[in-house]
Amino acid sequence: MGNKQTIFTDEQLDAYQDCTFFTRKEILRLHGRYHEMAPNVVPMDYTKDPDVKLPMQLIINMPELKENPFKERIVESFSEDGEGSLSFNDFVDMFSVLSEMAPRELKAIYAFKIYDFNTDNFICKSDLEKTLNKLTREELTAEEITLVCEKVIEEADMDGDGKLGFADFENMISKAPDFLRPFLPGPVQV
Amino acid sequence: EDESKEEDSCSEQNRASRRKNYERNNSDGKKVGEKGIQPRETGKKAPTKDQKESANKVKKTNKKGKGGENKQKTDRKNSTSSASSNSSDEESLSEEELAMLMEQVEQKKKLISTMRNKPWRMVKKLSVLREAQAFVEKFEGALGKGKGKKLYAYKMMMAKKWVKFKRDFDNFKTQCIPWEMKIKEVESHFGSSVASYFIFLRWMYGVNLVLFGLIFGLVIIPEVLMGMPYGSMPRKTVPRAEQATAMDFSVLWDFEGYIKYSALFYGYYNNQRTIGWLKYRLPMAYFMVGISVFGYSLMVVIRSMARNANESTADGDDENFIFSWKMFTSWDYLIGNPETADNKFASITTSFKESIVDEQESNKDENIHLRRFLRVLANVLIICCLCGSGYLIYFVVKRSQTFSKMQNVGWYERNEVEIVMSLLGMFCPPLFETIAALENYHPRIGLKWQLGRIFALFLGNLYTFLLALMDDVKEKLAEEDVVRNITHWTLLGHHNSSMGNGSTAAPPLLDPADVPRGPCWETTVGIEFVRLTVSDILVTYITILVGDFIRACFVRFVNYCWCWDLEAGFPSYAEFDISGNVLGLVFNQGMIWMGSFYAPGLVGINVLRLLTSMYFQCWAVMSSNVPHERVFKASKSNNFYMGLLLLILFLSLLPVAYTIMSLPPSFDCGPFSGKKRMYEVIQETIELDFPLFVAKIFSYVANPGLIIPAILLMVAHVTKVSYKNSMRKIPIKLKMTGHPSTCLELLTHFNLQRITVTHAE
Repeated sequence: MGNKQTIFTDEQLDAYQDCTFFTRKEILRLHGRYHEMAPNVVPMDYTKDPDVKLPMQLIINMPELKENPFKERIVESFSEDGEGSLSFNDFVDMFSVLSEMAPRELKAIYAFKIYDFNTDNFICKSDLEKTLNKLTREELTAEEITLVCEKVIEEADMDGDGKLGFADFENMISKAPDFLRPFLPGPVQV
Repeated sequence: EDESKEEDSCSEQNRASRRKNYERNNSDGKKVGEKGIQPRETGKKAPTKDQKESANKVKKTNKKGKGGENKQKTDRKNSTSSASSNSSDEESLSEEELAMLMEQVEQKKKLISTMRNKPWRMVKKLSVLREAQAFVEKFEGALGKGKGKKLYAYKMMMAKKWVKFKRDFDNFKTQCIPWEMKIKEVESHFGSSVASYFIFLRWMYGVNLVLFGLIFGLVIIPEVLMGMPYGSMPRKTVPRAEQATAMDFSVLWDFEGYIKYSALFYGYYNNQRTIGWLKYRLPMAYFMVGISVFGYSLMVVIRSMARNANESTADGDDENFIFSWKMFTSWDYLIGNPETADNKFASITTSFKESIVDEQESNKDENIHLRRFLRVLANVLIICCLCGSGYLIYFVVKRSQTFSKMQNVGWYERNEVEIVMSLLGMFCPPLFETIAALENYHPRIGLKWQLGRIFALFLGNLYTFLLALMDDVKEKLAEEDVVRNITHWTLLGHHNSSMGNGSTAAPPLLDPADVPRGPCWETTVGIEFVRLTVSDILVTYITILVGDFIRACFVRFVNYCWCWDLEAGFPSYAEFDISGNVLGLVFNQGMIWMGSFYAPGLVGINVLRLLTSMYFQCWAVMSSNVPHERVFKASKSNNFYMGLLLLILFLSLLPVAYTIMSLPPSFDCGPFSGKKRMYEVIQETIELDFPLFVAKIFSYVANPGLIIPAILLMVAHVTKVSYKNSMRKIPIKLKMTGHPSTCLELLTHFNLQRITVTHAE
């Protein structure tokens, strides 16, 4: 049955288990991680569903995300206000999608959101440029960047509108070999 | 106390959700009963006219078959109100309404079970989940009307308990998986392709553990506990001539002496049909365990392949999305270490630059003829190497047979075969790589060729070894006839001489150590495999120790007083060779499968080996290796290695099946001694242990005229199933190619095909 814990009610834990890919122990561990980022702000007792949000700065310093070039975008995609502050619900949701148990389709949906920097539901040329710069830490020259972005649009854009919609993105990603294992909001383990 | 608290909050929840439902009903302007809000599952309410009308409307919309979720949600408002009124009125609950309600409950349940896959915000997921759960709970009770109500409620309760039990069990299972943290640590430092080797190793360990349990529990333990003890029979005793040296370490290391005559090897087992007070049929068990080792391995490998196949839908040779994939799939999300991250950024940049250069140079003119000539030359050279290594092994095995007849053989002569095989395995792959530089392939294709060649090398070596072993076995079989006669006459002579004293007492039995022994080819085969495995283990560990650890120490400490920078140039730190290690693991397992029938203890040795490998290699990787410099897109999908494993499984099944079917077992050792063929134990068991009609059934079933059509039927069924599966995937693939008109045509065509196939069932 597990230890007697007073952080969540049993229904809350069951509901979290139904809505994420985590086991009971992992959810409690996640709460521990969330709490230790800001022990004065995050209450230990979540039975009443308190309305607490942590700012982006704290979250992107987590060891799992620290080295990731897309950490700000990841946190923004999961925050409700789009500014990057996460409540515990969003926090759990984020790690659930990033875990290795999440299916490819779900990851692809969030990947699209992450790479869509201007949140217009399309990955346009400027989004691609920003992605590339983050990936290479701005080591490529301007012509190289333009060349790569043009090639990407040429390869993946199916409907000819000069930018990647979700259908184009999903189509391209589903054909990638070894897609599932590590890449694209990949298995981050807490 | 917990239970009651749960119940209270549950009922509170139900009350709250029901209140919500009722409030919604009120807001819709429908009349609720005057009795007010009560937390009962059923309440008497007269159905008003509009409620009945809305019920009919809902029925119609449901009948149209549009089960869309949004529609479901908007209809739910109407349906819950009408359904609640229906559920309260016992007489008016017709078949149709019951079916509709059941369908809604099913849909809600499906929604609950797939909630975690929905791309909604958590808050939304939680609230939708709560609503769906409340709905299900409310109407599940209502569905069980009439006679079956108690039974239905009971069934539902059992289903809920079962779900909860499964969830607890899954939670428990994830806690039991060993080495999870260790592998995660390796993953965060080295990326996922290195970690995939360790995951594969752990999986192999699990499989071997099960095989070991089977063999140990069903074969070794019964013989040791219930069979005749050591020294009571010729086959279980060290012969007089060898007893002087039987405890020497060098003899034991060669697996002769006391080890040879122990339960580790085939020769120890007695051919008594039943042993002990349990009447345990040991020969039958030995045979069945041998077969089930292969059966279980086959099942586990195929299941793993099927699981992997479901996840990967694409063929890896698609070259259409190079830049897109580089952009979106090159970052390894498992990296948590800044040094590794730096490496990764650098390699991504390099990779992009390379692709850009490739793109810009793609129209360069190349001398095709020169390239072709070089490739042919390289292949010829490599085939020469392979033939050479095969011949070398054959020669060495033949030589070891002559050595075994000589006295005073040194350590080298005794172990020559194993040394040569290990050396070949160590030096040929780098040789292949150097020759392959002539071919000038793309690195990914080059790696495939390299892996294929190493595979051919190992396979060739193994089979040459087997062939040479077969010759040895045939010789031993010939020798056996001679020895059998000698033994027979010796025993007779001893019997007569002891009877010649004229006493009427029973003749003293010849001491088991003095009975002349047959050559027992099965034990020899088992010993050869065990020695090969042990030397393979040693070579692997020494290679890791010297090639990785000593090298790292040297580079680290000698770098202070060396002319050039050891860390940047030659030799620098080693990278973890994933494919080499995985291939080694796969081939090692092949040897285990081949040898386990003749040496039941071999699987135990392998379990120990895998266990120590895990710790040793994890330590070696963390302490002496550096992450890969190149972002190698050559990371194979797991299915490639599983496919290799499957191939090796079949290839190792062949020699064992051949020897079981066509070679006669030794006359004086092993559980099948005295029979003409090993598989006769099955016939014997059927005749003696089962009632008569079973034997008759088997004799009919074993008719080829029945077996061949059965096999054909199975093949036909498998083909049909895989055809149906591929049919299902094609429309999805077509949708992706973006050619609407042809897509539509082909889609309808395939849908028709699918319908005809399903109709034909």
